[in-house]
Amino acid sequence: MKSVIAEHLVKTYRKGEVKALDDLSLDVEEGTVLSVLGPNGAGKTTTVRILATLLKPDSGNASVAGIDVIKNPDKVRELIGLSGQYAAVDETLTGWDNLVMFGRLYHLGKTASIKRAEDLLERFSLTESARRPIKTYSGGMRRRLDLAASLIVQPRVLFLDEPTTGLDPRGRQEMWEVIQELVKGGVTLLLTTQYLEEADQLADEIAVIDHGKVIARGTSDALKKQVGGERLEITVENADIAKASEIVGRISASAVHVDIRTISAPVLTGSVALMDALRALDEAKIHPLDIGLKRPSLDDVFLSLTGHKAEEAEAKA
Amino acid sequence: MKNAITDSLIITKRQLLQLARVPEVLIFSTIQPVMFVLLFRFVFGGSISTGQPGGYVQLLMPGIFVQTVAFTLAATASGLAEDMKKGLIDRFRSLPIARSALVVGRTLGDSLLNILVLIVMAGAGYAVGWRPTASVLSVFSAFVFLLMFGYALSWTGIYAGLAVRDARTVQNVSFLITFPMTFLSNAFAPTTGMPKALQYVAEWNPVSTMVAACRQLFGLENQFGATANSFPSQHPLTTSIFYMILIMVIFIPLSVRKYKNSSN
Ligand SMILES: Nc1ncnc2c1ncn2[C@@H]1O[C@H](COP(=O)(O)OP(=O)(O)OP(=O)(O)O)[C@@H](O)[C@H]1O
Ligand SMILES: [Mg+2]
Repeated sequence: MKSVIAEHLVKTYRKGEVKALDDLSLDVEEGTVLSVLGPNGAGKTTTVRILATLLKPDSGNASVAGIDVIKNPDKVRELIGLSGQYAAVDETLTGWDNLVMFGRLYHLGKTASIKRAEDLLERFSLTESARRPIKTYSGGMRRRLDLAASLIVQPRVLFLDEPTTGLDPRGRQEMWEVIQELVKGGVTLLLTTQYLEEADQLADEIAVIDHGKVIARGTSDALKKQVGGERLEITVENADIAKASEIVGRISASAVHVDIRTISAPVLTGSVALMDALRALDEAKIHPLDIGLKRPSLDDVFLSLTGHKAEEAEAKA
Repeated sequence: MKNAITDSLIITKRQLLQLARVPEVLIFSTIQPVMFVLLFRFVFGGSISTGQPGGYVQLLMPGIFVQTVAFTLAATASGLAEDMKKGLIDRFRSLPIARSALVVGRTLGDSLLNILVLIVMAGAGYAVGWRPTASVLSVFSAFVFLLMFGYALSWTGIYAGLAVRDARTVQNVSFLITFPMTFLSNAFAPTTGMPKALQYVAEWNPVSTMVAACRQLFGLENQFGATANSFPSQHPLTTSIFYMILIMVIFIPLSVRKYKNSSN
C-alpha cells in the first residue's frame, strides 16, 4: 500500500511568475523511506508543506495514509509528524517546556505529556539540557528537539525537511542514527536532502527533483548506475588535455567531461579504472598533476541527468 | 469546541511560561507605565490646573490606565509576528488543534498580562495620591471595562502581526499609531486647548471616550475640558462599547482570514 501519494502537483507563486512545483508526482510505499533529493529552490519544502497540509496546491491531488490532504486536512494532521527545514520550537522556553506543551496540544493529558516529554528527551540525549532555554542549544540539539516534537504521538507518516542541513559531521552522524532507529520502528518516512550521501544512507528510494519536477527516480544503486557510480578525475598540463581525454574516454564507458585542466568521467569499478588510467598515462608519458576517484555527488547526478550543474539550476530558478 | 478552548488555554499558558523564563519582559512592561505615572504626576501635575478635588492625579490615572492597555497591542503584534517568522507557526498548523487556538490564546494571554499591569499601576497610583470616590462595584467595573478595551484592541495587534510579520517593524508601526492616539485625547490635558479640528478628532477618539468613561466610573464629574454637548463626551460609556464592538467586528474576521491565508 502507498502511504503517501502526490499526483500532478502544481504550485505557483507571485501570480504564476514563480513555478515552485510543475506537475510533480511521487509516492511512498508504507514502511519505507523516500528521499527527495534536489538543489536549492527545487521545490522540496513546497512539496513537504503541501503533503503536511500547510499549503494548498494550485492543482493536483495528494493523500497521506489514504486520506486526502486537501479535503481532509484535520484527519491527516492526526497521523503525521513534521520537522520543517528550520527548527520550529519556542526559543524562550526550555526543551522540557516545549515537549510538554506539544504533548498537551496533542491532548495527551498532563501526566502523559510529562512522561512522553521525558522519554523523548532521554531518547534524543537531551535530558541534561532539558531545563535550559532552546536559545542556548546548539544547531544539532535544536534539530533533535524539533524531531522529538514531531514524534510526540507516534506518527504513521513522518516528514523531515533537510534534517541535517547546517549540522557538522558529528551532528549529521547522530541525526542519521536517530533517523535509522525511527525507520526500524516502522514509520513511513519522506525526507528531503541536498546530499546524495544522505539519501544513500537513509533511503530505500530516491526521487531527484529539479524545477518542481521529478527528473529521476529509483533506488540509490539504480541512480548511481545511471550516474556511473564513481568518477575518475585527472588533472593534467594544458598540452596533454587532448591525449588524456582520449585515455579517459577509453576507460570509461560514458561521456568525458572536461573542466579547464580536469578531465572526469564515470567509471564502473573505481580501483581498476584508476590502475588502468595510471598505466595508460605512463605509457603515453603524461604526468598527471592530480589523479583520483570521486564519489558521485548531487552535482554529478545533476550533470548526468540534466546536463547542467545543481548551482546552475538554482541560478535559473 | 471544548478542544478549541483547552487548546487556546495551552497557548495562553505558554505565554505565561515565556514570562516566567524571561522575567525582564514583565518587569519592563510594568516599569514603563509606573514611570509615566510618576513623570506626569510630579513633572506636569504642578503646572496643569484642573480645579479637580484631589488634584491632577485623579484625572491622570484613568488616562494612564487606558494608555497602558492600548500600548500592549504592540506586544501582541510583535509576539505573533515572531511566531509567524520562525516557522513555529508551521508546527502549530501541522498539529491536530483548533486553528484559532494560537491567536485566541494570545489575546487571552495579553489580557492576563493587562490584569497584572493594571494591579501594579493601581498600586503606584494609590501611592501618589489617587483615590477613586465611587463605589467599589463601580471602580471594579471600570477595570473590567479597561480589560475589555484591551481585549478588543489586541485583535488589531493580531491583525498587524499577521500582516507585517516582522516583530521589530510591527512594534514600531504599533507605536506610531497608538502614541499619537493616546496624546491626541483627553488623557493628559484638556481637549479645549487644541485647535478646533483636532478637538473634534480628540473627542471622538476611542481613547478619549474610554478615559472619560473610566473617570465617570471612578466617580469624577470633571470631563477635563471636553466641549459640552458633543455626543461622545456626554455618552462616553455607550460610545466606548460601540467602539469595542466595532473593532472586534472588523478585526476578528480580518485576522481569521489573514491567518488562514497566511501560508499560501
Ligand atoms: N512564498 C513564496 N513566494 C515566492 N516564491 C516562493 C515562495 N516560497 C517558495 N518560493 C519559490 O519556489 C521555489 C521552490 O521553493 P522551495 O522552498 O520549495 O525549494 P527547496 O527545494 O525547499 O529549496 P531549499 O533547498 O533552498 O530549501 C523557489 O524558486 C522559491 O524561490
Ligand atoms: Mg527547502
